[in-house]
Amino acid sequence: MRNTSVTRRGLFGGGAALGATLQSGSALAQSPPPGAGAPPVDVSLKVNGAQHELRLDPRTTLLDALREHLALTGTKKGCDHGQCGACTVLIDGIRKNSCLNLALSCDDLEITTIEGLGREEALHPVQTAFVEHDGFQCGFCTPGQICSAVGMLAELKRGLPSAVTPELAAAAMEVAETEVRERMSGNICRCAAYPNIVAAILDAAGKA
Amino acid sequence: MQPFTYERPADVAAALAAIGKPGAKFLGGGTNLLDLMKVDAETPQHLVDVSRLPLAQISDEEGGLRIGATVTNSDLAGDPRVRERYPVLSRAVLNGASGQLRNQATTGGNLLQRTRCYYFYDPSMPCNKRVPGSGCSALKGYNRIHAVLGASDACIAVHPSDMAVALAVLDAEVEVQSASGQRRIKIADFHRLPEAAPEKDTILGNGELITAVILPPAPPGGQIYRKVRDRASYDFALVSVAAVVETEGDRIRSARIAMGGVAHKPWRAFEAERRLAGAVLSDDAFAAAGEAAVKGAVGRGHNDFKIPLAARTVARALTDAAAQKKA
Amino acid sequence: MPDTIIGQPIDRIDGKAKVTGAARYSGDRRAEHPAFGVIVTSTIGRGTITKIDIKAAEQAPGVVLVMSHENAPAQAPFKQEGEDRHARPKPQLAEARIHYHGEPVALVVADTFEQATAAARLVEVSYQAEAGLYELREGRRLAYPPSKMPNGKADSKVGDLERGLAEGAARIDATYTTPYQSHNPMEPPASLAFWSGDQLTIYCSAQLVDSAQKSIAATLNIPADNVELVSEFVGGGFGGKLSIYGDAILAALAARQLKRPVKVTLTRQQMFSVTTHRASTIQRVRLAASRDGTLTAIAHEVVSQSARMDEYVETAAVSTRAMYAAPNRLTTHRVVPLDLPVADSMRAPGDAVGQLALEQAMDELAYKLDIDPVELRIRNEPTQDPEKGVPFSTRALVACLQTGAEKFGWEQRPRVPGTLKDGQWLVGLGMAAAIRVNLRRPAAAKVRMDEDRRVTVEMDMTDIGTGSYTIFAQVAAETLDLPIESVTVKLGHSSYPDTPGSGGSFGAASCCSAVQQACLELRKKVDAGRGPGNVQAEATSEPGDAFKKFSQHSYGAHFAEVAIDSTTGEVRLRRMLGVFDAGRILNPKTARSQLIGGMIWGVSSALHEQAVVDPRYGSFVNHDLAGYHVPVHADIPAVEAIMLAGFDDKSNPLGSKGVGELGICGAGAAVANAVYNACGVRVRDYPFTPDKILSSILRPNVAQRR
Repeated sequence: MRNTSVTRRGLFGGGAALGATLQSGSALAQSPPPGAGAPPVDVSLKVNGAQHELRLDPRTTLLDALREHLALTGTKKGCDHGQCGACTVLIDGIRKNSCLNLALSCDDLEITTIEGLGREEALHPVQTAFVEHDGFQCGFCTPGQICSAVGMLAELKRGLPSAVTPELAAAAMEVAETEVRERMSGNICRCAAYPNIVAAILDAAGKA
Repeated sequence: MQPFTYERPADVAAALAAIGKPGAKFLGGGTNLLDLMKVDAETPQHLVDVSRLPLAQISDEEGGLRIGATVTNSDLAGDPRVRERYPVLSRAVLNGASGQLRNQATTGGNLLQRTRCYYFYDPSMPCNKRVPGSGCSALKGYNRIHAVLGASDACIAVHPSDMAVALAVLDAEVEVQSASGQRRIKIADFHRLPEAAPEKDTILGNGELITAVILPPAPPGGQIYRKVRDRASYDFALVSVAAVVETEGDRIRSARIAMGGVAHKPWRAFEAERRLAGAVLSDDAFAAAGEAAVKGAVGRGHNDFKIPLAARTVARALTDAAAQKKA
Repeated sequence: MPDTIIGQPIDRIDGKAKVTGAARYSGDRRAEHPAFGVIVTSTIGRGTITKIDIKAAEQAPGVVLVMSHENAPAQAPFKQEGEDRHARPKPQLAEARIHYHGEPVALVVADTFEQATAAARLVEVSYQAEAGLYELREGRRLAYPPSKMPNGKADSKVGDLERGLAEGAARIDATYTTPYQSHNPMEPPASLAFWSGDQLTIYCSAQLVDSAQKSIAATLNIPADNVELVSEFVGGGFGGKLSIYGDAILAALAARQLKRPVKVTLTRQQMFSVTTHRASTIQRVRLAASRDGTLTAIAHEVVSQSARMDEYVETAAVSTRAMYAAPNRLTTHRVVPLDLPVADSMRAPGDAVGQLALEQAMDELAYKLDIDPVELRIRNEPTQDPEKGVPFSTRALVACLQTGAEKFGWEQRPRVPGTLKDGQWLVGLGMAAAIRVNLRRPAAAKVRMDEDRRVTVEMDMTDIGTGSYTIFAQVAAETLDLPIESVTVKLGHSSYPDTPGSGGSFGAASCCSAVQQACLELRKKVDAGRGPGNVQAEATSEPGDAFKKFSQHSYGAHFAEVAIDSTTGEVRLRRMLGVFDAGRILNPKTARSQLIGGMIWGVSSALHEQAVVDPRYGSFVNHDLAGYHVPVHADIPAVEAIMLAGFDDKSNPLGSKGVGELGICGAGAAVANAVYNACGVRVRDYPFTPDKILSSILRPNVAQRR
C-alpha cells in the first residue's frame, strides 16, 4: 500500500490507476464562496489600558491584530491552533489563547499582553522570577508562559480546581507543585524549561 | 480562513433570526470552530457570535441543575454545586484541553466540537466528514486514535469531548431553541453514529441553538472519571470512562458507564450496566462488565489496543467508584 | 577584580528582554507596507506537476503575486556538493518534479496574511503521481553505505566479531527501532525580506548565520556580501534551523519582484515537511560478555531513512566506537532512500537515537548477567579510545555513574523487575550512560572598547536559547577585568565576524575561544597605551590538532524512576537525575537549563515523540502539536542535573566541553530501562506509548492462561 493513486481511487470515483492525474487544492476542502472578499470592519480594542481603533479584515485573530496591527509582538504565534499556548494573553484578567479569538469579538474587553505586565525597568514579580530561575531558554514561549502563570495564579486564588486537585469540594486551592504543573500544561516549552518555570512560579506565588 | 461576515446579536431571538442567513453558523467560544476554519474544514459565510448571549448562568432546576449554553468549561467545572453533586462532570471537564481553552470554551460549543481525526483536519486528504463522498482515509490509514464501537465504513472518527461523556453518564438533556420553538434532547440521542452520513455529528436541525444543558438530580453512588491518554495533560483521550456506582452492603445496586474515545459519540454501556445491577461486589463482576462494555467492538489495526484498554479502564473505574462511596 | 565571572550562575543578560516580550524574533520584525506570503505544498509524495492553475488565486482579493515553478525566477540548481550542506543553494519552486509530500509548489503573496492564506487554498495543482517508497522496513532492500559521514567512516571493524560473540558467556542480540521525530521549535521559521537596490536584508530564523547567508546568496546567484541576514533571537532550533527553507528564499524572491518587503512564515503543519526531521532508524545491537561482565564483543548496525533527493545519515553508532572497551567490534551505517522530506540533524544527531539502542542493550546484558547495570558499565571503562587508539582528553564517566548512583539512591532499585508496586502503579528504576562527541570549529570575534570602557562584542553567532549572549559577556568581562554590565554582546548579523553558529554543541567552545582571543588582543592594545576609546581587536580562534591526538567527548549518567499504570499502560516519569562531565562549566545556570532540557528531550523520545508516516501518501499524519506529542508541564516532575567540576585543556582554552546535546544522550534509555524494571517486559520500539506497554503487560497474562 504505497501507491498514492491506488489509495485515492475511492476519492476520485473509480479507476484512477498508477500514474493517473490527480487534483488537489480546493477539491478536498469545502468550496469557498467564489470571488468573495471580506469587507473590513471597524474594531475597537483596549490593550494594556490603551484604546485602539482599527479597521480589520473580519478574519483577523486577536493574535494577528496584536502582532501585525498594534506592533505588540511579545505575544507569539507558535501553532495558531490552540495547541501550544505561546499566544496566551489575559482577557478581562482571564488567560486565553489569542489565536482562537477573532479580534472583532474582543471589543469592549480589557486585553493585557506581556508588554502590559511589566517593563524591563519595572518587572512583574512573575517576570522577575522567570529571570532568576532561568525559566526559559529560547524565550519564544516565555510571554505566553508568563501571562498564563499570572492568570493561573488568579484562578488558584479564586479556588478553581484542576484535574489533580485531590478534594474537588475544597474551597481553597493550594499552590502546590503538582497543581502548577497540571495548570500550566497548556503552555508547551520545547526547550523544556519546565522545572525552572515551575520553580519560578512557585517563587513568585510565595512573594505575591 | 475563507471570508465571512460577522454579527453579535444581543439576545436569543436575534441570534435565531440571524442564523437564517446563507451559510451562517453560530460561534461560541471558537476554540474549535476557528481552529477548523483556519484549515478550511469549516467555511461559514456568516458568523453569529453567541458567546455573549445572556446564557452564562448555572441555576438550580427540578432538583438538578440548568447550565446555560455559554457557561465556560472553567465556570462549569468550578461551580460549587457541580463539584459537590456532579464530581464526575467537574472532573471530566477539568481533564479536557488546557486552562486557557477551558476559560474560553462554552458548554454548548463543547457538545458541538468536531472530531480530532488527523485526516479531517488535513484538507489534502479524503474525508467523508469534511467532504461527503470523498472517502475515509482513516479506515485503512493511521487509525490509532479512532473508533472501535459504532463506526461505519464511511467514518471511524471519535467524538473528542470529555464533558459529553460525563453528561452521558448523568443522563443530561440538551435544551435547544429554534425559530419554531424549544425542545429537549436526551444526551444519548444528541450525537449521532456516523452510518452513511458522518458529516452530521448531531441531530440538531438547521437553525437550532443550544441554550442549556439540564442535569437531572445527581445519581446516588460514587462517581469517577478516568481518562487514559498519551500525555499526562493537554491531550485527547485514548479511552475515557465515566462511571457511577451505587452499592448496598456487598451488592451493587446500580451502575452507569459511559465511554469516550471509542465511538462517534459518548458511548453508554447499557448492557454492562444491566449485568451489574444487583450483582455481588467483586473484581470479577467489574471485569465482566468491562468485557461487556466492549462487546462487538471492532479494531481497525492501530486502534486494536483500545478494546482491552477500554475493558480494563471500565473495570477499574467501576472499582474506584464503588470504593469511593464505601469510604 | 574577577577571575570569577566565568563559571558563575549569572542570570541571562537577555533575560529581561525575553520576559517582557521585547526580544525580537524574525517574525516580530516589521517593515513599511509589507506583503504576506503563504506557501502551498504538494499533496502527493512523488510525481510531477502536470498543471498548476493560479487564476483563481491571482484574482482573489488582495493578492499581488502567485509564484509557481512556471514563473519563479531563475535560481541556482540544487546540488549535493560542498563541505557545508547548509550553505548550498536551496532553490524553491524550481521544477515540476515532486520529491515528497508537503513540498512547496507555490507561493501566494497578498496585502494581508488573511488574504494570502485564503487565496493559497485556491491554487489548483494537478499531478502525475508515481508510486513512492515511504516505508523504512520495505525500503531496506535498497540500503546502501552513505557516500559521506559528518564524522568518522560509515563502518568500523576491530578484531574478530564472530569470535568475540562466541567467547562471551552471555549474549544480547536485539533490534531497536526509533521513529521519525520533528524538531518543532516553538518558533516556526519566519522570514522578512526587503531589497535596497541589489542589497537584500533578511530577518530569518537561522542557527548558522554564515551558512544561511551563503545559502541564500548562492540560490539567488548574488554575492554573499549583498545579503545581510539578521537572526538576533531564534525561538529554538535543535537542528531544525541549521538550513534555511522556503520561507527565506521565497520571501527574498517575492520581495525583489514586488519591490516591497515580504514576510513568509511556515505554519506549524508545514514545519513537518518543509523543514527537516530526525530519520527513523532500525538498529541491531549485539553484545557478548564474560561471566564477570567484561565485554568480548560489541556490534551496532544502523539503518536509517534518507531523502531520495538529499542524502543524510543518522550516525547512530559513531559514539559506540568510543563508549566501552571490547576487543572485537563492528559498527555500520546504511541509508535507505525514501520519497520523504529531507532528514537532517536533530539535537545530538546520531547519539540521541544510537544510545536509545546501545544503552538499553547494556541494560539487557546486565540483567542477563545479574550484574548491577552501573557496575557493568564501570567494568567496561576503556583506558583509551578503543577504536582510534588515542587517549581521551578528559573522561569522568565513572565518576558520573558513581555520583549519580549515590545521589539517586540507586541501591533501592528492585533487583527483580515488576516487583515494586505503589497501589495500582508498577514502579521501576533505570539508568543509562551518556556520551556526546565534543567538537570545535574556527570562529572569529570583534571586540571594541569605548571611552567609558564599555565593551562591545560582535560575531555572527546565534543564541538559540543556549545562553550565548551571557557566556560571551562573561568571557569578555573576565578577560578584560570589567564588570559584566560593561559588556554588550551583539550577535546574529551576517556582517559580523564569522562563527560556526549554533549546532553540534560546538558554539561555546568555538566562540568563547574567539571572544577570549579578541579580548586578549584588545587588552594588549590597551595595556600598550591605546584607548580605552576607539580601540578594537578582531581575532580568529581555531582548534589545533588536539582533536586528532585525543578522543574528545562529554559524558553523563542518567537515573530515572517511572511508574506504569497497571490498568492502562500509561508511563509517567516520577523523578530523574543526570550527572555530567562537560569540562569546565561556563555558566552553571544556563548549562543546567540546557542539560535538563536535553534530559526531557530524552524522556520525550522514550515516551512521547513520533511523527507517523502514512505509507499510502508519504505524508506525516500527525503533523501538528495536538497530534505530535512533546511533554507538557504535567509530564515532567523533578528533573535535576549535577555538573562535575572539570577542565578539558585539550578542548579549548576555557576548558569547556559541549552541553547542549549531552543531556538527551542516554536519557531516553534510562527511562526505557526503568520501564523494564517496572513491568519486566522489554519494549524495543520507541516511543513507549500506552498501547505498546499495555500489550506488554497483557502478554504474560496471556501466557499464564495458556
